[in-house]
Amino acid sequence: MSLGVSLLSVEGLSKSYGGIQAVRNVSFMLQAGEILALIGPNGAGKSTCFDMLNGQNVPDSGRITVMGQETTGRKPREVWRLGVGRTFQITATYPTMTVRENIQVALVSHHHRLFDFWTPMISIERGEADRLLDLVGMAGYAERPCGELAYGDLKRLELAIALANQPKLLLMDEPTAGMAPRERVELMRLTAKIAREQSIGVLFTEHDMDVVFEHADRILVLNRGSLIAQGSPAEVRANREVQAIYLGEGLLYDARHREGAPA
Amino acid sequence: MAFYFVQFLTGLASAASLFLVASGLSIIFGVTRIVNFAHGAFYMLGAYVAFSLTERLSGPLGFWGGIVVAALAVAVIGVLVEIVLLRRIYHAPELFQLLGTFGLTLMVEDLVVLIWGPDDLVGRRAPGFKGAVDFFGQNIPSYDLFLIALGPIVLGALWLLFQRTRWGILVRAATQDRDMVAALGVNQKWLFTSVFAVGVFLAALGGALQIPRDAVHHAMDLRIIVEVFVVVVIGGLGSILGAFVAAVLVSELNAFGILIFPTISLILVFLVMAVVLVVRPWGLFGRKEAPARRTPGLTVIPWRPLSSVERLASLVALAFAAMLPFVAGNYALTVGSEIAIFVIFAASLHFLMAVGGLASFGHAAYFGLGAYGVAFLAKMAGLPMIACLLLGPLLGAAGAAVFGAFAVQLSGVYFAMLTLAFAQIVWSIAFQWVAVTGGDNGILGLWPEKWAASPSHFYWLALGVSAFVVSVLRLITFSPFGYALRGMRDSPLRSESIGINGKRIQWTAFIIAGTTAGIGGALFAYLKGSVFPDNMGISLSVDALVMVLLGGVETVPGAIFGAIVYKALNIWLVSQTDWSKLVLGIFIVLIVVVFPKGIVGVVESIMHRRRAVAPKAAALSAKMEGAQ
Repeated sequence: MSLGVSLLSVEGLSKSYGGIQAVRNVSFMLQAGEILALIGPNGAGKSTCFDMLNGQNVPDSGRITVMGQETTGRKPREVWRLGVGRTFQITATYPTMTVRENIQVALVSHHHRLFDFWTPMISIERGEADRLLDLVGMAGYAERPCGELAYGDLKRLELAIALANQPKLLLMDEPTAGMAPRERVELMRLTAKIAREQSIGVLFTEHDMDVVFEHADRILVLNRGSLIAQGSPAEVRANREVQAIYLGEGLLYDARHREGAPA
Repeated sequence: MAFYFVQFLTGLASAASLFLVASGLSIIFGVTRIVNFAHGAFYMLGAYVAFSLTERLSGPLGFWGGIVVAALAVAVIGVLVEIVLLRRIYHAPELFQLLGTFGLTLMVEDLVVLIWGPDDLVGRRAPGFKGAVDFFGQNIPSYDLFLIALGPIVLGALWLLFQRTRWGILVRAATQDRDMVAALGVNQKWLFTSVFAVGVFLAALGGALQIPRDAVHHAMDLRIIVEVFVVVVIGGLGSILGAFVAAVLVSELNAFGILIFPTISLILVFLVMAVVLVVRPWGLFGRKEAPARRTPGLTVIPWRPLSSVERLASLVALAFAAMLPFVAGNYALTVGSEIAIFVIFAASLHFLMAVGGLASFGHAAYFGLGAYGVAFLAKMAGLPMIACLLLGPLLGAAGAAVFGAFAVQLSGVYFAMLTLAFAQIVWSIAFQWVAVTGGDNGILGLWPEKWAASPSHFYWLALGVSAFVVSVLRLITFSPFGYALRGMRDSPLRSESIGINGKRIQWTAFIIAGTTAGIGGALFAYLKGSVFPDNMGISLSVDALVMVLLGGVETVPGAIFGAIVYKALNIWLVSQTDWSKLVLGIFIVLIVVVFPKGIVGVVESIMHRRRAVAPKAAALSAKMEGAQ
């Protein structure tokens, strides 16, 4: 499957705000078809990292390479043109358009038809938009105003939009934040299925450890800006340092003890 | 050398009033997020009230007391305005706030004429500062020296007020996060009211202090508000120090600009503003704009192209309009042509505002440029009418290309202020550059050629062009470009992340809107047979805004209905009353407060509600069947 060249390679990424080093010397790789989770406590530097990969934030030093092309410091729209889709922690969609139109805009941009002034949008890429909607299980929603959608549906719509330019890499910032537990599992299963079928590399940040350990092939753990561990879910789970950060040192939390203990 | 130094001091003295007004605007904006268009009106009221008081009261105490009492009295008026009007529109979209306060400005303009009469009033000289100081043979009025000292004193006093008092700390806190301040149990209503009172007091004081220097007249509000907008764009909205530095800069540029380019002195200020905007889009001392407050809109009815029935109905309506010459006289046809032209103008602004979310407060600039384009081509180049009509609007396109490139760097209230300032610059060029534009006398004798000369022929021409322009804009609205433009209005973040270069899209839309406005202006020049600087004046820009708003800013055909209703009302009103500005102002305020969806918006939401009931009922019965 892997062609030897990694899909995404990050070398020595650093960023500081004033005196605070938000991200220091982070390096990692991502292969095609691989699902990689970036986790860490609040303030670990996940979002800063993410924004630099996407082009919304410019790193102080380091190199980001997507499919052999350096993207460090490029604008988000240029990164997108290389085949990088992105979803947001807080959804960003066009509330006054219908669900289908939201996807059509992305498709039109992908096909370089933004400066078409005459063709009615209603007839452009309609089939492809509906195919994407079907893919994320929203076939019946095409004509609905996007502003009326429930939050979970907006997240699925964002996934469909992110798939519009046939990406090789998906960046998903807290894809399941704010969703109900069942919706979370469904969305991540769907994402994983699409990623495996189309051999798309996925990098996502997430707070829900159930989601992370069920779906990630590999996990990166960030703490205070530095990468402290990476490996398979089993390796990361067994890592002492990770346990210390997530559970606190000394007292290892064990649910069985607590059940027996008096309230 | 001494002459230049005196010129420099004159600039500093002018900066004092400008700073007072600009700092008031900045303070109010910081806390309430309202750009108070009526600030110029309060400045003017301050001058008028101070004039009356200083005429009646005698002695130095009477004069200085009169100035202060005038500013206090106007502040009380400000408080009333805040309680009655502004409290209703704090949560409205920015456009409505700007328009509401503009309506207020129009009302004040007529009210001062009603109370004080239309003539310029020359006030008393200030006791103790009547003479002049001799400086190497040049005279410096001692009152100027007083004003030069006053600026820094007020700056210092404001600094103390904001750093050392409880109220000042609350204001600074509210400027950063007003919801947090409310959550901490501060009475937000009265905080807003008091801030507004202080801002208005500063504006009125600025006006009152001008009476020994300048005559008081009923157009001084617009002049100052444009300068103040330039000052806050350069200095940064919300920064008092920025207001001070920029006020000095702008006043000095004006003082020396007159020496360098006597005819077009505003050019210098414009160039500096352009440079500042390129380097620091949020002003010298301003902070980067927080992401614009999401105004979730008034309705969420997705737009759709016309159905075949609706298309047929539009064609029938157009056919009926085309039959007007068979039933109406010449006067009605001239009115009809004017309305058709204003449909073009309103539709072009509507495209920018409704589709692009960019509320231009200076759209008349491109209308006027189109009109002047025709005048230049016809009078200087002697081109035939068809060529003029086709090429004239290109001047509007060129103006839109230049100004639009700067304007789209900003959004929201900054965009509105900048477009207004640009329009004012274009107007002042037309007004001042007499050799080319004829200045206030305009360019006369632009009559249509024989084939379009009769009222009925001209009416058909205007109607045809109008229908064509409206159809083209509608086509663009539903094209990929139109969607990309709407996308930038709805979510710039989403647009950027799907590869859309939003600024380029907006700039193109600005040029499209400027060109179509220019087409309207070109026809207008032939309709009136002349062009004047007023063809690009602020009041024409506001007419267009009101038409769009009246029709419904969130609808597609709103501009057409807005233009027809408003223009017909306006023509009728002007023939009925001398106080059309007063009535118009009341009308604007009423639209903003009670009727924000506009005519078409109201009709659409009624129809949408009716349509929505049917499918819901069907879905419900289907569900029930499924359950069984």
